[in-house]
This record gives sequence, C-alpha cells and structure tokens, in this order.
Amino acid sequence: MNEEFDVAVVGAGPAGASAAHVLAAGGVKTILLERGESAGAKNISGGVLYGHDLAQIVPDFAGKSCPYERNIVESRLWFLSKEGGFSTSYRDKVFYERRSLNAFTVGRAKFDRWFAGQASQQGALLVPATVVTDFIRDGSGRVTGVKTDRPDGDVSARVVLLADGINSALAAKTGFRPEPKPVDVALAVKEVIGLPEEVINDRFNVESGQGVTIEIIGEVTGGMDGIAVIYTNKNSLSLCIGANLSDFTKNRIKPYEMLDEFKAHPMVAPLIKGGVPKEYMAHWIAEGGYDAIPKLTGDGWLIAGDSGMLFNALHREGSNMAMTSGRFAAEAVMEAFKKGDFTRRGLEGYQSRLEGSYIMKDMKKYRRFGPFRLHHHELFTSLPALAAHGAREMLTVDGVPKKEKQGAIWRKIRREFSPLEMLEILWDGMRSVR
Amino acid sequence: MTTKVEDKLFLDRFKVNEEAHIKIIDQGLCNTRCEEEPCLYFCPANVYRREKDRIVVAYEGCLECGSCRIGCPNLNIEWRYPVGGYGIAHKFG
Ligand SMILES: Cc1cc2nc3c(=O)[nH]c(=O)nc-3n(C[C@H](O)[C@H](O)[C@H](O)COP(=O)(O)OP(=O)(O)OC[C@H]3O[C@@H](n4cnc5c(N)ncnc54)[C@H](O)[C@@H]3O)c2cc1C
Ligand code: SF4
Ligand code: SF4
Repeated sequence: MNEEFDVAVVGAGPAGASAAHVLAAGGVKTILLERGESAGAKNISGGVLYGHDLAQIVPDFAGKSCPYERNIVESRLWFLSKEGGFSTSYRDKVFYERRSLNAFTVGRAKFDRWFAGQASQQGALLVPATVVTDFIRDGSGRVTGVKTDRPDGDVSARVVLLADGINSALAAKTGFRPEPKPVDVALAVKEVIGLPEEVINDRFNVESGQGVTIEIIGEVTGGMDGIAVIYTNKNSLSLCIGANLSDFTKNRIKPYEMLDEFKAHPMVAPLIKGGVPKEYMAHWIAEGGYDAIPKLTGDGWLIAGDSGMLFNALHREGSNMAMTSGRFAAEAVMEAFKKGDFTRRGLEGYQSRLEGSYIMKDMKKYRRFGPFRLHHHELFTSLPALAAHGAREMLTVDGVPKKEKQGAIWRKIRREFSPLEMLEILWDGMRSVR
Repeated sequence: MTTKVEDKLFLDRFKVNEEAHIKIIDQGLCNTRCEEEPCLYFCPANVYRREKDRIVVAYEGCLECGSCRIGCPNLNIEWRYPVGGYGIAHKFG
C-alpha cells in the first residue's frame, strides 16, 4: 500500500463514502479506508435516510439498486407511561405520489456497502479490514498521510479526511477533537426483529413498500434522557432505545434490560408479536450539539460527519449531515487542488459551505436543545405519564362528571409542577429550538 | 422478564482476535477507587464482570460502542478498535 494518493479518507460511512464518491468523480486519486470487513459491517442507525441529500451525490439512486427497505409515508410520535401511552401520527399521500423516497429505511450494513461501492465505481480505491491508527505529519506538523494496522500500511496523501464516526479513537489520539464527555453522547442499543412482510403491512396499516416511523419518549428510558424508535423495514422492524451516557453511568440500568422492558410494553408487544430477533447492536449517537463541534479543518486535514459532531438529535438527522458534509469537504479539497494550497486556509471553502447550508444553521438553531433536555428529566418521566393519566381518566366511563375529572387531573398536574415550573419548561423548551 | 444478554449476542457474528482490544489498566484502582463500578451496568454486551478481587473482561462479545472508554470514571480502561476486519460484523446494521 506504499502508494501516494491525493486524498486518504478514513471511514466508509455516509460521510466518507460520499466524499470519496465526489472526489473520485472529479478525477482525484482517492483511497477510502474502512476498519470493518466490508463497508457498513460496523455501522448502525435507526435506519431512516433522506433522499434529498443522497441524490446530490448519486442522482437516480433508486435506479442504481440502492438497497432501501420502505418508503416512509407516516410518522408517529408516542408519549409513553408505564402502562400505556398517548400517540399522534401524520400520514400524507404526497410521500408516495410526488415526494416518494423523501425519507426511507435502510439496514446500514447493506446500504453502506452499496454506497461505498458507488464510490469505488467512480474510481476510489476502497480498502476494508484496515484500521487507521495514526496520522503521518511532516516537520511543520502538517498531515501528510495515515498509518494503518497493515504491515507496510503507511499511506501518504496530500489531504486526509477524517470521517470515522462519533467513536473516533483517532481524534482522541491525535488531539483533533477533544475526547467526548459522557454528556456528549447517547448510548443506544438496537434489535432487528424479523416478521413477514404481510404481517408488517397489516399491523402498520400500509401497502407493501410503504413504511412508518415511530419516535417515542416516556418512562421506557427509566427516567433517563433518551428516546426509543420503531422503524419498519421490508420484513423486519428496527427497535432502538438509548439514553445519554452520563445518565447510564449514574443509574444502574442495563441497556439490554431496558430494551427487553421496552419490547414488553403494551404499546410495543403487539407490534412485534411472533417476531424473530435477528441481530443485537450498540452504538453512540452524537449529542454534543453545536458547542461540541471541534475545529473542522487544519493543515492537510478535514473532519466530516459524526466525527465532527454534526448531528441533529431532535430530527434524527445524522446520515444526511454526514453525506452533505462529506460532499462539501470533497468540493473544498478540489478547490484546494486548483489553488495548490492544502493548508487550513486553502481548505477554508469547507467551513464556508457548511456555514451557508442547513447544517450549521440547524446546528445553531438547536444549540440549546441538548442542555434543555439534560436539565428537564421530567420530559422523560412525569410529563408523558401525566398526559397518559389525563387521557386515561377522561376516557374511563365510570359515572364521574367530566368537570370533576378535569379538576382532579389539574390538581394532580399541579402537585407535580407549580405553574412557574410549567412556564419555565415551556419557555426553556421554546427557546432551545428557536 | 429475565434477560440474558448472551442470547442476544448469540444473534451476532463475531470474528474474534486472539489479542484482546480492551484491557483494565490497573485492577487495584477498581478495588480501591471505584465504588459504583458502572462498567458492570452500562456495557450493553455485559463484557465486564466482577470476580472476587478482579474485574474480568470478556472482550470477545464487545459491540464496539466505546462507552467504557469514557464511561469509566477513573479512565482505567485501555481501549482500541479490534484489528481490521475482526470484531463484530453486522448483517443488518
Ligand atoms: C441507534 C441510532 C439511530 C440513528 N438513527 C438515525 C436515523 O434514523 N437517521 C439518521 O439520519 N441518522 C441516524 N443516526 C445517526 C447516524 O447513524 C450517523 O449520524 C451517521 O452514521 C454518521 O455517519 P458518519 O459517516 O459520520 O459515521 P459512521 O456511519 O459512524 O461511519 C464511520 C466509519 O468509519 C469507520 N472507522 C472508524 N474508525 C476507523 C479507523 N480508525 N480506521 C478505519 N475506519 C474507521 C467505521 O467502521 C465506520 O464505517 C442514528 C444513530 C444511531 C446510533
Ligand atoms: S468503572 Fe473503571 S474503575 Fe470502575 S470497576 Fe469498571 S474498569 Fe474499574
Ligand atoms: S465498547 Fe461498549 S460493548 Fe464494548 S466493552 Fe465497552 S461498553 Fe461494552
């Protein structure tokens, strides 16, 4: 491998693969290094992807046999108490008639392999089963390549793009990104549960090819700052549940026990009944938000995707930010080639592209959302429980006049929160996503 | 419901390397400076177990989430990625 490349990309997730795709298509000699035995072998997500960002890199991705599972036509939101829950949903015909594949589900093992394959078709050299262990630098500290765990595994390159995901062991070692603190990440576990396609269609009230997402907050995370999701695949369901790692280190809650309790919840159990567990996984989610974004460019290097903390926790938009930041990084590198300048200044087109796009705008908009959640654990405990309690009382027909019931519900709410506290939650909440 | 994480890990495909990618740096520290021993709880693969006077590390079933790397309050865990191609390999992801 002792060869010279223009660009070495570390990690073949959505950020790295899209960068490699754009670079190779632009005639840049690119190597894409991936530690998994194939691209995607190490990766997980809930599984929702967005067509808009993908189409900027692979236009007609559906025609290029992109392995997607279901086109999302309905999104549900659940607020769960221990015994039940409050549910809202939104379905729209637009999402299968005019904006099909606006959002769709994938299994990342298959999708990432396909996506990295698209990049190699453009001419990028994909090298799997290879861990990048360090950077090579010249006397002035400029990055000039990477070291890998292969014998004779040094690769020299004029620019290195770090796209190695949230758990970047490299960033810590090289000091490019401070090691995340437990509050900066969520620990999520996931189980894929196999069910026949027809059964999923019936249970979710959809046709073949159409899918539903369910986002869930409530007591299922044991009072920790976290969420759960259920997404439909062709013939399986993805169940994920997770919480902020700082909460996990304080509570003696085991992630897999939390997952099993979630599966047994009365709203969840009927959806997965008769299903066969297929796979169990765990991963971090980048929750640090805007204030945890490190410096994203330097002399001879850039950072894209989760590795740079680019993740919108409220809208579960990570892979799209990864893809688009990867594309921006590639475009900036190509500019740097034209100028012949690979220093931080030469690469600054990356930063300006990010600033000009939805990525930094959204990251800034939700800057206070993380701290808001961490300071208001009632969002995951008493609030969903109170909503469910109110609904249960109003729906129980037992001869008690509704006015009395309302009074009792209000008294219960006031016992938990003073009007001032309620105002504060509302105010903080609104400000955090302004 | 009794949970057996072993049953869940059984669903996964691992290519185990002989060499451990996780090591406890100082067992003494676990005994003297760590009352809560959170690694015994938050690890989603139950890799850490207490055996009388030491913490044993069943690195073979590690899901590579990274949590123990920063979740150990004493930063007493030496952690790297398994050698390229080894470790967990997702079928679905
Ligand atoms: C449970 C869960 C649910 C999620 N749900 C969604 C969702 O529904 N929609 C959404 O858009 N986002 C979701 N996300 C977030 C999304 O998965 C990430 O934002 C996205 O994967 C980031 O892409 P990336 O390319 O930056 O990093 P990754 O996808 O993590 O890719 C990094 C790659 O680098 C490789 N690598 C790491 N270190 C090295 C090294 N030293 N040498 C070589 N290779 C290395 C890894 O093996 C990996 O392939 C979810 C995340 C989780 C964990
Ligand atoms: S958390 Fe760290 S210090 Fe505590 S028992 Fe585990 S490894 Fe030892
Ligand atoms: S990386 Fe995750 S799965 Fe592996 S030992 Fe650490 S906490 Fe457990």
